Amino acid sequence: MNKRQKRTLVRILLAGALFIALCLLPAEGTVRSALFLLPYLLVGYDVLKKAALGIWHRELFDESFLMTVATIGAILLGQCEESVEVMLFYQIGELFQSVAVGKTRKSIAALMDIRPDTANVERDGQIVTVEPEQVQPGEVLVVRPGERVPIDGVVLEGVSSLNTSALTGESLPRDVAPGDEALSGCVNITGALRIRAEKPFGESTVSRILELVEHSSLKKSRAEQFITRFARVYTPAVCAAALLLAVVPPLFLGGWADWVSRALTFLVISCPCALVISIPLSFFGGIGGASRAGILVKGGTDLEALARTKTVVFDKTGTLTKGVFEVSSVQPAPGFSAQRVLELAALAESYSNHPISRSLREAYGQTPALARVSAAEELAGKGVLARVDGRAVLAGNARLMEENGIAAVSPALPGTVVFVAEGGVFAGSIVISDLAKPTAAQAVAAMREQGVRTVMLTGDTEKTAQAVGTALGIDETHGSLLPDGKVEHVERLLDEKPPKSALAFVGDGINDAPVLSRADVGIAMGAMGSDAAIEAADVVLMDDDPLKIALAMRLARRCMRIVRQNIVLALGVKAACLLLGALGAAGLQAAIFADVGVMVLAVLNAIRTLRLSR
Amino acid sequence: MRKTFRIEVDCANCAAKMETAVKKLDGVTDAAISFMSQKLVVEAPDERFDRVMKDVVKACRRVEPDCEIHL
Repeated sequence: MNKRQKRTLVRILLAGALFIALCLLPAEGTVRSALFLLPYLLVGYDVLKKAALGIWHRELFDESFLMTVATIGAILLGQCEESVEVMLFYQIGELFQSVAVGKTRKSIAALMDIRPDTANVERDGQIVTVEPEQVQPGEVLVVRPGERVPIDGVVLEGVSSLNTSALTGESLPRDVAPGDEALSGCVNITGALRIRAEKPFGESTVSRILELVEHSSLKKSRAEQFITRFARVYTPAVCAAALLLAVVPPLFLGGWADWVSRALTFLVISCPCALVISIPLSFFGGIGGASRAGILVKGGTDLEALARTKTVVFDKTGTLTKGVFEVSSVQPAPGFSAQRVLELAALAESYSNHPISRSLREAYGQTPALARVSAAEELAGKGVLARVDGRAVLAGNARLMEENGIAAVSPALPGTVVFVAEGGVFAGSIVISDLAKPTAAQAVAAMREQGVRTVMLTGDTEKTAQAVGTALGIDETHGSLLPDGKVEHVERLLDEKPPKSALAFVGDGINDAPVLSRADVGIAMGAMGSDAAIEAADVVLMDDDPLKIALAMRLARRCMRIVRQNIVLALGVKAACLLLGALGAAGLQAAIFADVGVMVLAVLNAIRTLRLSR
Repeated sequence: MRKTFRIEVDCANCAAKMETAVKKLDGVTDAAISFMSQKLVVEAPDERFDRVMKDVVKACRRVEPDCEIHL
């Protein structure tokens, strides 16, 4: 609690004690009423002051104004005890609200507090501790175990593991060695590192993420805008109704005091605080909870759209597949073993730096003995001709085999095929393809479970696209697409989607910015360190696990459910109390309980958005 | 120019009202207040920014006398 809150608490306690003492006092009539003014003023003087200021500034209809009118009205009717009670409860409610909201706000902020406080820089042979903002690119930083990497840089010296959970929500540490990139916000776990700063602090990953999260609550969702507009209409409307209630029925029925007291109940109920406080809090909690899982949502509107998503369009490479070529199958010809085919291919291609050659060497598992290879010759667009252990070896595509008169057998699998021949005899074929991520099928299934239509678009060949799509259980697959073809497909899908639902596009952030911005929700994956993706997307997944897409959608739906619950709860209880108040069945005390109680429940409900259910 | 300020305001409804008031000010092209992150963002032409900010502070005080704006 801060100073102001503590002072309020003391005032509430003193006024409460005084109120109880006065209730026991045998005073009667005017003296008694005058005495009750003491606790009333003690607990409520700031409310009265604010109301007066509001009238002065012509800013009517705020809570203070309503409470002041209601309680002064009650005093004039001779209901001094009631007005003290109402003011007491009102202040208790306000205090609770400001403490609870303040606490929640701080805990969310702490959760996202990945800002490094200091940086240790080597200057003139000494290690100086400075603020991260003061470090220039090119300077050398020392990061000891347990410290946070303050600025994006490259490891010069030292081997360690970095905990990236603050950035990705992933608990598996990442190993770094000299030459590797070290991103700011990661915590160094095992060994001391010397890092050369590559960027100023303001452009480092950690600053960009903080900026994004802090600004997310400024992009207001439709629900939040609705609440603001609603509050503007609701309070004056209820006040007008109160006035009518105080004047019109007694003209016909008489009993002024009773009707005025009912009208005062109306005024107390007319505070829209439960709504106004709990809706932004729910969004803030939802966005905060998601960011803890490595899902950055740029604003309330994006969370809303994510919850409405019924169509998800994937870019294949780097999203559902690893984007790295790997040997997926080896089919040896009769008389050759799979290992032999791989060995021949890896040796023949040992001088090449082509991604395919690299994947061959990786599958071979050993460093090829270069001494065994001679006269390696790269034939552009066809493959490689080399002598391995003195024998002529060919490794390449179907055309290479054809030109050399070798009868090659094509495998029936999708992907890039490398044919291998040894001494003029076909040895076998190796299929290299972009493998699906291990969680891709699970992620697609999880989305289908949520009733989402999945579509995959790729620049890869139709055959490969269909094979991957079928394996992952995707509803619709289109291959051989150029970037503008992808935009066309997304536009068609935008037309086809069910009304009021949203379409999300998932890409790896590399050259799919036009599609990302065209979709209702643009989701960029594996964005650690990629500025372009963070700019273009609405939702940024810090790592490249496709399961996070399904998780993001689930979190968004849950958050929206809580928002709706709070709207219904707050409006429902208020409506019921207004009705009971008008009928004279609920007095001032019931009204203030309804007001404060609903607010407490709504705030507690909103805090639930913070919890992650995986 | 777009600038972010740290604010202290402890009622969500007041924050919303402050936002409306600031947005209406002459010279302010865009403004937003986040009660949750206690931030005020003001967008105004560079050459008038400081003058506009004075009005912003005044407008906020009018809505909520005990709010703080850290310039």
